Amino acid sequence: MIQKRHTREKVIRLFFFLAASISILVLTLISLFLFSEGLPIFSEVSVSGFLFGTEWYPTAYPPDFGIFPLLAASLAVTVLSALISIPLGVMTALYLAEIASSRFRQIVKPIVELLAALPSVVIGFFGMVIVAPFLQDAFNLPTGLNLFNASLMLAFMSVPTICSISEDAIFSVPRELKEASLALGATHWETIARVIFPASLSGISTAVILGMSRAIGETMVVLMVAGGAALVPGSIFDPVRPMPSSIAAEMAEAPFRGDHYHALFAIGMVLFLFTLAFNLIADHMAQKHKQVGAATL
Amino acid sequence: MKFMKTLAMAGLGVSLMAGPAIGATLSINGSTTVLPIVQKVGEAFMKEHPGTTLSISGGGSGNGIKAIIDGTTDVAMSSRFIRDSEVKLAVERGSYPVPFAVSYDCIVPVVHTSNTVNDISLEQLKAIYRGEIRNWKEIGGPDRPVVVISRDTSSGTYEVWDEKVMNKERVFPGALLQASSGAVHQSVSRNRNAIGYLGIGYLDDSVKALTVEGIEGNVENTLNNKFPVARPLYVFTRGWPTGDTLTFINYMLHPQKGQKHVQEAGFVPLY
Repeated sequence: MIQKRHTREKVIRLFFFLAASISILVLTLISLFLFSEGLPIFSEVSVSGFLFGTEWYPTAYPPDFGIFPLLAASLAVTVLSALISIPLGVMTALYLAEIASSRFRQIVKPIVELLAALPSVVIGFFGMVIVAPFLQDAFNLPTGLNLFNASLMLAFMSVPTICSISEDAIFSVPRELKEASLALGATHWETIARVIFPASLSGISTAVILGMSRAIGETMVVLMVAGGAALVPGSIFDPVRPMPSSIAAEMAEAPFRGDHYHALFAIGMVLFLFTLAFNLIADHMAQKHKQVGAATL
Repeated sequence: MKFMKTLAMAGLGVSLMAGPAIGATLSINGSTTVLPIVQKVGEAFMKEHPGTTLSISGGGSGNGIKAIIDGTTDVAMSSRFIRDSEVKLAVERGSYPVPFAVSYDCIVPVVHTSNTVNDISLEQLKAIYRGEIRNWKEIGGPDRPVVVISRDTSSGTYEVWDEKVMNKERVFPGALLQASSGAVHQSVSRNRNAIGYLGIGYLDDSVKALTVEGIEGNVENTLNNKFPVARPLYVFTRGWPTGDTLTFINYMLHPQKGQKHVQEAGFVPLY
């Protein structure tokens, strides 16, 4: 009887171990594939020529594989969208966690999270059909499909991530800290700004980084609204071509295992390294500044 | 992957044994430009040949030809001719792709309906796409900036433009590259500064087609070779077609059958 229970325990443990390994295995296989398909391009072009070359003409004769305009576009779009989404997301989170009544919070939080459920193609279509003509008329631009439009759409997509995770972090700040602050005579605003916000900073940072890593990897929106010109942007109203949209637009027609194909996979590698770095930073921050228990004596 | 391949091979084996009898499936893959033609022709074909099912999907000319090389499809659609490197790869894998021209595509420069420019020369088109003409007034239009819209450099439509208009010179990096003809149509119809180019099948009232060197891009001018930006569209088979594949190719090329539907799909038939 005991023996049987013991075996069953073992089987269950093994089952869960396998379930956990599958995702790791899949990730490993995908990364292996990504690198084995991407690395051969570096026999055609040097690493610095690839990263800092300013000409992206993969199908010309002879081809040029310089991804600097794409890299710059990705970074510009991500930073600009972060500038919009961080204040929006964090302030929404502070309002929901600290100021709004709990009933209001219960209604609004799911609505904000629902924004994340909007398919990216819908947001892209909105940007293309509604926002682009509006921007063009309002600022008298040659085209409304540009860096600013793409950043705005990406900001819509990262606000729910940033808001939701920040809100959890703010909400889990120990009640004692808040009460102590209020008891010492601080106003509600002083408590939020000097006590609650610093205490939840690690959670908020994690939220911001995850939101940004979502923005840098997002494909459909930038493919539809960023304009697609492989130029290093000089103003926020220039059309740009971020890395994911290049991969998505060109992969279907790139000759199998040709240089162009390998170059697109190499862009995928760069993108992967970026999101990996973002996630590692987020993880590091979450670990380092973890709030351990309430600081009560 | 290997498992799927084995499964596909098994399926192919079964369908070969069954011959032209009921339940045969013909898979067709490739260019999204040729896709609407094959869909139209395919519908009519399946009505006449109820025993054969066509499975049609579009993944780009490159993918279609790759599928012919790998043997994962029976017929590949392509908006360009096969490349030397692809022929070499195919021969290495023991297959011999056979091309069939199925129709002509005529690529027409388009602008916003409010634009007053009606005609454009090949020289001007090239200068616009080189980034040398930046304002419409330089070619007799309104005083507005030119927004150049192009297709992705790996699309078949771009290849024709590259050959016939650009003479292999590079489109300047400030051009807005769109991933599909639908997206080009959308952007041109919504931007009064824009110029783009579309296959004749995509033309409608929401964009204004320009004449090139005084020649209108239409069926007649494509067939008599007057319109300068036109190209044939192809399907490829793996080796000389036999059985169902042959029946389908014959249907496609028949002047009263397949070719009639080519015209309905908005392309230029062979005859």
